[in-house]
Amino acid sequence: MGSRSLLQRREGRAAYLFIAPWIIGFLVFTAGPMVASLWLSFTDYSLVDPARSVGAANYQQLLEDPRVAKSLANTFVYAALFVPLGTVVALALAMLLQKVGRASGFFRTVFYLPVMTPAVAAGAMFLLLLNGQRGLVNQVLAWFGVTGPNWTSDPAWLKPSLAVVSLWTVGGSIIIYLAALNNVPRQLHEAALLDGAGPVRRFVSVTLPMISGALFFTIITHTIAAMQMFDQAYTMFYGPQQKSTASDESLVYMVYLFQNAFEFFKMGFASAMAWLLFVIILVITVIQVRVGNRFVYYEGESTR
Amino acid sequence: MTTEVRPVPPAVEPPSAPLTEPVAPQGLSPAGRRRSLGVGKVIRWLLLLAFTVAFVYPLVWLVGASLKPKSQVFDNRLVPETIQWSNFQEVWNAGPVLRWLVNSVTVSVMAAVAVTLSSALVAFGFAYFRFRLRGPLFGLVLATMMLPGAVTMIPVYLIWHQVGLIDTQVPLWANNLFGSAFYIFLMRQFFLGIPRELFEAARIDGCSYLGLFRRIALPLCRPALIIVFIFELQASWSDLLKPLIYLQTEEYFTMPRGLKQIVDGFALSGEYHWEIAMAATLVATLPMIVVFAFGQRYFMEGLATTAKQG
Repeated sequence: MGSRSLLQRREGRAAYLFIAPWIIGFLVFTAGPMVASLWLSFTDYSLVDPARSVGAANYQQLLEDPRVAKSLANTFVYAALFVPLGTVVALALAMLLQKVGRASGFFRTVFYLPVMTPAVAAGAMFLLLLNGQRGLVNQVLAWFGVTGPNWTSDPAWLKPSLAVVSLWTVGGSIIIYLAALNNVPRQLHEAALLDGAGPVRRFVSVTLPMISGALFFTIITHTIAAMQMFDQAYTMFYGPQQKSTASDESLVYMVYLFQNAFEFFKMGFASAMAWLLFVIILVITVIQVRVGNRFVYYEGESTR
Repeated sequence: MTTEVRPVPPAVEPPSAPLTEPVAPQGLSPAGRRRSLGVGKVIRWLLLLAFTVAFVYPLVWLVGASLKPKSQVFDNRLVPETIQWSNFQEVWNAGPVLRWLVNSVTVSVMAAVAVTLSSALVAFGFAYFRFRLRGPLFGLVLATMMLPGAVTMIPVYLIWHQVGLIDTQVPLWANNLFGSAFYIFLMRQFFLGIPRELFEAARIDGCSYLGLFRRIALPLCRPALIIVFIFELQASWSDLLKPLIYLQTEEYFTMPRGLKQIVDGFALSGEYHWEIAMAATLVATLPMIVVFAFGQRYFMEGLATTAKQG
């Protein structure tokens, strides 16, 4: 008995040594900064002068600053465009790939290739491709008799153009969905077929439930990422030369937060913005998990 | 989110085998089905072809655009009418591009090595040992994935400010030394797939815990290590936000940060030299295409593993 608990204690000590890097990192780079950030959000810290407490003034300003509301709305619109579109396109392509047998290896490579493009590079390329007058996208649209918009300059089209760039890099989801589709047991489809289920019925009653875990995972991670979108928007519409011309229609939340923190040095206010973002992401994720739990099927659930 | 977590076998099967297996149910009546299958097949291939063009064309077009003279960069031709190699000379003159490339390689390799080793160590701790706080602590690891980087961004900046490492590349990779939640999660799955008897046999032979990690866990999970390394390499190479926050001196820029400067200075202002911006874009993208060419199967495998865990 005694020796066993000694062994357990030794094992416990070794375990903490192994996870020590994470514990240290968590304290120094996550927990500590979270406390500091919360404290900063109640101050007027500007990097130069020592922080002075301002009470809830920063949070008051969150409500009063129209650009906070505007950037939040822009971010929601972008997420509402990209997340559903990206999911549908990726799932459709994955289902196509599933049907082409050996050749799917080639297409997987092709569809994933754009993901390797750094966001700055993708943004720069699409500024040209989406050019309203002479861009390739509008030229292709013109073949079909569609007059394309001024994607990168018409304020109404800035968010759709951001979504287009994101759609181009949707390859990761395609691979994830394809793997999930291939994990669906063949017998389920055969049984449904014998029961006389058509393709639509089989998709809704067999495929969708069986891949719901993967769908759920990508939708949640994409939503969280979309709420924090920065690189593309900043590359395409912001920078030293554009301070005066940039339209507020492309101002996503992280860009405004970044500007407040590192261009205007309003670090207290930026911290308050960060906490608002955290709360919003938390609420969205909780809602998604709640809704998801009603639809997502996890293998092995019944055996538990 | 991760109710059913299937251990991933440490031995790696070629990803093409499970991924390409056709699961489509065959038709019931061969005669009636064959014709409709034929039409469906044509539509399917046409759609795939259209999307292939949509995904690849911009990259191929980029190569062409980077070689066009200023007057032709908007002409949408794939092959330039006149080839102007001097665009790359202009990029070279526009900034210390070689330094930027070297900086990016240094930063992304440091970031990837650091995160791979530290995450593996922590993941092994969570996979092999049974200790009292294992459940709650691992829950905490997973919970940190939901925290937006914005919340810690400013205080972490202030830490690096305090220790005088602003305008150095250290802040771009150093916090990777402490593991990263998603990679810890991913690697733990691989470690859990190793039969426990292997470890127990080694323990009886007098192997230390560190020995279990180094001589059994790591070699058996080499694919997992490569997956984490290569994903972080790519993520770190692409990042713009951190270089924007931490780097002020042009000499220290990473390639994406330098590219942003070139796009700002040449294409979005001044004389609108888009061809120079496109040449620089190609320079920033090519290294990742090379990484993809070599590490392709690990990207696919990593994503497929993620799908199973979802």
